[in-house]
Amino acid sequence: MREIRASQITELVKKLCIDANYNLGKDVWEKLEAGRKTEESPTGKAILDQILENAKIARDNEVPMCQDTGFAVIFCELGQDVHVVGGDFNEAINEGVRQGYGEGYLRKSIVDDPVIERKNTKDNTPAIIHLRIVPGDKLKITVAPKGGGSENMSEVKMMKPADGIEGVKEFVIDKVRRSGGNPCPPIVVGVGLGGTFEKCAFLAKKALLRPLGEHNKDPKYAEVEKELLERINKLGIGPQGLGGRTTALAVNIEVHPCHIASMPAAVNINCHASRHKEGTI
Amino acid sequence: MAEHKLTTPLSDEDVKKLKAGDTVFLNGTIYTGRDAAHKRLVELIKKGEPLPVDFKGQVIYYVGPAPAKPGQAIGSAGPTTSYRMDPYAPALIEKGLKGMIGKGPRGEDVVEAMKKHCAVYLAATGGAAALIAKSVTKCEVIAYEDLGAEAIRKMEVKDMPLIVAQDCHGGNQFAEGVKQYEKT
Repeated sequence: MREIRASQITELVKKLCIDANYNLGKDVWEKLEAGRKTEESPTGKAILDQILENAKIARDNEVPMCQDTGFAVIFCELGQDVHVVGGDFNEAINEGVRQGYGEGYLRKSIVDDPVIERKNTKDNTPAIIHLRIVPGDKLKITVAPKGGGSENMSEVKMMKPADGIEGVKEFVIDKVRRSGGNPCPPIVVGVGLGGTFEKCAFLAKKALLRPLGEHNKDPKYAEVEKELLERINKLGIGPQGLGGRTTALAVNIEVHPCHIASMPAAVNINCHASRHKEGTI
Repeated sequence: MAEHKLTTPLSDEDVKKLKAGDTVFLNGTIYTGRDAAHKRLVELIKKGEPLPVDFKGQVIYYVGPAPAKPGQAIGSAGPTTSYRMDPYAPALIEKGLKGMIGKGPRGEDVVEAMKKHCAVYLAATGGAAALIAKSVTKCEVIAYEDLGAEAIRKMEVKDMPLIVAQDCHGGNQFAEGVKQYEKT
């Protein structure tokens, strides 16, 4: 049994909240630069220039890339041989969010009551925590700050098995088309297929963590990812929805077994910053 | 596609010459406001009470900035998605608002109000918040401080880079841009 102190968890979460908001991932940077080269729309090109320049300013001045520094969505893989000591596991994570969003000058965007009161919690807590117990004696934490603009362009659909893969493709493309410029294209499209209602939504979010350019290990779904990306980039939406070729940087699909009666499908869209950083204790 | 250098307050003539797709570099005083502030403003209008700002000729930027670091006029400050302000915008346009800055397209009611009262909708690049903050030289909260990031701020901008997304003649760069680059 390996002991991990709650304070170590807090420290790591704090660091990852700041890092994810200040520093564009290398894979995203490369995809944006590639898009900049091939974009045919002059407006689209100018917008991609601004996005790349913005990433440099954020990195060099240590400021957030976007003012919407997001909901702190946190994925934890906790080794079953780990014993967390010196505090409550969930509170250690929330304390990391509190410190990261405070010390990092990140915007506090969470309201306590979703409908009636809507009062800001003022420290960006609580985080959304997804915990999975895995073999081993390590704790891996991924912090994925999620902005409201792109999160609002998400959908779960309980499809019929008869809809098949063509139905799934139509659902994804239609969702992207209807979202237009709202989720800050060029976007990353996370798709969850299978499981139950809540499982497929989770898979769509988890799909956003996969490095851009890496495909689903199942060649059947890898082909669907490639086809969807190509078709989405023919929609004409372009950077910020003002017209162009660079609408999506990647389509990532995650799948799970499902019930004989069901075929749940979910789309979760990420903005062009596709923020997420990970660390291990 | 033309390039314009504009200074607030905007006149009908300023707005009329802007065409969807044009580039604008905006200067002068602008105000911030998003969901919660708009809700309060429109409640005041409905009650016939005075607004905290006279919006005649003015521009509202849909933004909730990140906190400023020491030495900064403002923290990162990119646009938020505009359709959420659609239920409120026509009432403010009737009060003389000339410009709105945000991201993503606007609905029919807003377009009609823009045509009728001569107003323009400008797009800032969503997610380019650190870059846009560099064009803000001064910023102060002037109303609804309790709303935090959503409070109404008065800011001075210098050459803020914008694109005319929807103009007062019905021109719509979202629709036209997509049509131009769509491959069937």
